[in-house]
Amino acid sequence: MDVQVSFTLNGKTVSAAASSATLLVDLLRNRFGLTGTHVGCDTSQCGACVVHVDGASVKSCTMLAAQVDGCAVDTIEGLSGDGELHPLQQAFHEHHALQCGFCTPGMIMSAADLLKRNPRPSELEVRDWLEGNMCRCTGYHNIVKAVRAAAGAMGEEGS
Amino acid sequence: MREFNYYRAGSVRDAAKRLAAGGNAMLLAGGMTLLPALKMRFNQPSELIDLAGINELKGIKLSRKGAHIGAATTHVEVAGNVELRAAVPVLSQVAESIGDPQVRNRGTLGGSVANNDPAADYPAAALGLGATIITNKRKISADNFFVGMFETALNAGEVVTEVLFPLPQRAGYAKFPNPATRYALVGVCVAQFKSGVRVAVTGAGSSVHRLEDFEEALERDFSPGALEGIPVSAANLNDDMHASAEYRAQLVGVMARRAVAMALD
Repeated sequence: MDVQVSFTLNGKTVSAAASSATLLVDLLRNRFGLTGTHVGCDTSQCGACVVHVDGASVKSCTMLAAQVDGCAVDTIEGLSGDGELHPLQQAFHEHHALQCGFCTPGMIMSAADLLKRNPRPSELEVRDWLEGNMCRCTGYHNIVKAVRAAAGAMGEEGS
Repeated sequence: MREFNYYRAGSVRDAAKRLAAGGNAMLLAGGMTLLPALKMRFNQPSELIDLAGINELKGIKLSRKGAHIGAATTHVEVAGNVELRAAVPVLSQVAESIGDPQVRNRGTLGGSVANNDPAADYPAAALGLGATIITNKRKISADNFFVGMFETALNAGEVVTEVLFPLPQRAGYAKFPNPATRYALVGVCVAQFKSGVRVAVTGAGSSVHRLEDFEEALERDFSPGALEGIPVSAANLNDDMHASAEYRAQLVGVMARRAVAMALD
């Protein structure tokens, strides 16, 4: 069966019809062309598909499109509205927190959720939070550094 | 994933009616276990009944009887509830040890106990604390609820609505997580009440179960040392690519002693 879903996508109201078995990540990529959200493992382990649903980070490969009816969905494309890089994106760039970049959108969306809940996380708290995001290139050291640098930059912005 | 009918239930009564209507309908809560299972075609339901819109299934309340937690309450809500952490910190520890942040943002208490994965964390907390699982039809003690591997006492058409956890004098949960999945290779929940001590272990066997030898020893002397030397048989323990039965038997003793130490801390 098809389901009709209406939701807010990066601030804009959208609607679409999709098969009941359509995953949120496939709806975002195939219907809306938002290919910044990646499919890595398709088994909810790697975190390349992390988006926000009603402000909380989730793995969009493990949600049905039908489940976001009435929700607010935010993807990496909507993280920075004004053409500037978000402080997390800037910090990932400055700290070389990526090699191939495949895991990066998920890392950033996951980290954005962390910084909302905990604006000044310790190194351990960042490492613990990124449990559900895997990088297979280069390890996590620069990623952790970038998240903490972004936290510092966002703290200064806010003050 | 095969297609199914997707139905968003408006109330528990509505969900139960739909579930009892025949066919092969299943309840969808957080979906953290069910959706991966559907991808693997372990289940092929004719209908998924989504519980997400039912507010009566959500929330945390403390009373003289204990902590009442709605079945659709997420792990992150349990881990982050300040009053709950003050009253029964072991529940917060269990909730925050599950999976990763994205799983905790979606996964629910009711989904975890109804699924009864042999390595899940909440079944150990429910059995260790002697919880009562409340459904739309009746109240079931944890001792009678967890029947076997992925098997519970729930009947067709029955919906878990709440879990009531009695408040222990002290309790701890220690877990050796599988490094890939964060499921418990072995997890032990120890709880001391005025009426006695309860010890429940997950991950080790085909289902969560109690360790009566450990309970008796801890009733005499509630200390990690009281468990030294109590043999744990590897017979009937899980033996797989992640750990041998002998290793799990060893971990049962180690995790139990750590759980007691946490309770005393």
